[in-house]
Amino acid sequence: MAAQRAARTKDEVDHPSSPVLQFGPDKPLKLDAGTLLSPFQIAYQTYGTLNDARSNAILVCHALTGDQHVANTNPVTGKPGWWEVLIGPGKIIDTNRFFVICSNVVGGCLGSTGPASTNPATGKPYGLDLPIITIRDMVRAQAMLIDHFGIEKLFCVLGGSMGGMQVLEWVASYPERVFCALPIATGARHSSQNIAFHEVGRQAVMADPDWHGGKYLDFGKRPEKGLAVARMAAHITYLSEAALHRKFGRNLQDREALTFGFDADFQIESYLRHQGMTFVDRFDANSYLYLTRAMDYFDLAADHGGRLADAFAGTKTRFCLVSFTSDWLFPTEESRSIVHALNAAGASVSFVEIETDRGHDAFLLDEPELFAAINGFIASAARARGLSA
Amino acid sequence: MSVNRAQRVDLEVVTDLIPPNSRVLDVGSGDGVLLELLQGTKQVDGRGLELSQRGVNECVARGLSVIQGDADTDLKFYADKGFDFVVLSQTLQATRNPKVVLDELLRIGNRAIVSFPNFGHWRVRFSLLIKGRMPVTKDLPYSWYDTPNIHFCTIRDFVNLCEELGATVEKATALDANGQKIGLSMPWWFWNFFGQQAVFLLRR
Repeated sequence: MAAQRAARTKDEVDHPSSPVLQFGPDKPLKLDAGTLLSPFQIAYQTYGTLNDARSNAILVCHALTGDQHVANTNPVTGKPGWWEVLIGPGKIIDTNRFFVICSNVVGGCLGSTGPASTNPATGKPYGLDLPIITIRDMVRAQAMLIDHFGIEKLFCVLGGSMGGMQVLEWVASYPERVFCALPIATGARHSSQNIAFHEVGRQAVMADPDWHGGKYLDFGKRPEKGLAVARMAAHITYLSEAALHRKFGRNLQDREALTFGFDADFQIESYLRHQGMTFVDRFDANSYLYLTRAMDYFDLAADHGGRLADAFAGTKTRFCLVSFTSDWLFPTEESRSIVHALNAAGASVSFVEIETDRGHDAFLLDEPELFAAINGFIASAARARGLSA
Repeated sequence: MSVNRAQRVDLEVVTDLIPPNSRVLDVGSGDGVLLELLQGTKQVDGRGLELSQRGVNECVARGLSVIQGDADTDLKFYADKGFDFVVLSQTLQATRNPKVVLDELLRIGNRAIVSFPNFGHWRVRFSLLIKGRMPVTKDLPYSWYDTPNIHFCTIRDFVNLCEELGATVEKATALDANGQKIGLSMPWWFWNFFGQQAVFLLRR
């Protein structure tokens, strides 16, 4: 099973099952690092139909370990799309009504150009030869995809966590191209604590001898142990203490008593080990380094002279921000500071904080209040955009 | 959405003061009843600030642009003259610093509309004078120990505060116990005695 999943992940890198848009030497991707990425490709999924006015397009931006398979069965894991609870025919984001696009970020490992992709100059995987990718680079690439569809203005851009960062960057970079924006459980910058957790994850990957200085694919290896530890540490930050306690407490795993050893005595240990192990089958370790780095580098205010409001100056985009009470990775204060900047910029903004003990991951779960907020926001924005029901 | 009679009249008076297509900030928007009314009847570009998260979530679910925030602390984040009208409906008496809040309203809006229960109403005076008890009425149903209303004022007090802040009263309306507007020809003392609610249109 695990080997099959890993093999499928590898297949998806250069030749994904998703449609792929290739950009040749005439259309390089300008990177914040100061170099050009060329050629490169974007793998994407679409749902629904673009209307004649091309006004009903919704771009979904995925989180750190997400992918473009937002509303279809994932080709690697065989699981439902990561936001299928929200997106689909007759759902809150109704694909009978909207044209939904979701692309794998540049730097990812499911078909868009990333460190596991074959470097055409060498015929080998890029590894660490890939320049550092930023959130703005991801958004720039998405804009090229949107151009390909002939869409001038997206009806909505939405996403959670790293996806939310892309949403904010979209409005800052292309203010005229976003009618409404829904950044969820996110921040305008990565906090010191968040960078710290990412650094722990990266160091775990790089400490694994199988990482081979980033060239593990050339050796036919993968730093599974390091990446699994990175995932375990990160996974804790996606949950809350209350939720962990409710779910696992101090319960023992398949045993009556402590074993006085280092086996997974506790359910929480077993759970984390499982999370780590399944993750390494579906994710490239170098991609994990690149994408965590992209989040660390994100600081929207710094990109606009240190004043966040200036990132949104004169914006006509309608915003709805959502945070969760128990999210300590992107606590409510992060959203609130964005709201204050939007107020100062005179933007139309709604802000909902949702009471839940499910932590950061709440944005991916079936949260009725989240859905009610998204539903109300999308419905009123669609009316304002003149999109028929 | 439950609105008592006095609130409803108050909302109508406020709505009448706002011309179509205005930019409006509703401070203390509750469950969004005023914003929805203004959007429906005046096609305003409306935003709201509401203290209770439950109220905010209800507003957003109904498609209104509302954020969670506190009039006492969060008005400073709004730009100068960012709105045509800033409305503070039945909330002034619940703020910690009404003077600062009113000052902020006049800064953010070209016009401010403020409505409040008049503590100079004869029933209130009667309760204190004869019964020696803090007044509990249909429109002010709280006991002294659990009321969110910590800064009551009379119509006269409010007019004084406006003068202090350099605000011009463009229009004022007092409503009697039956929700009827008190005649414009009546003097301030009459309003202050018989007005149960007051609605002021201010500018600076």
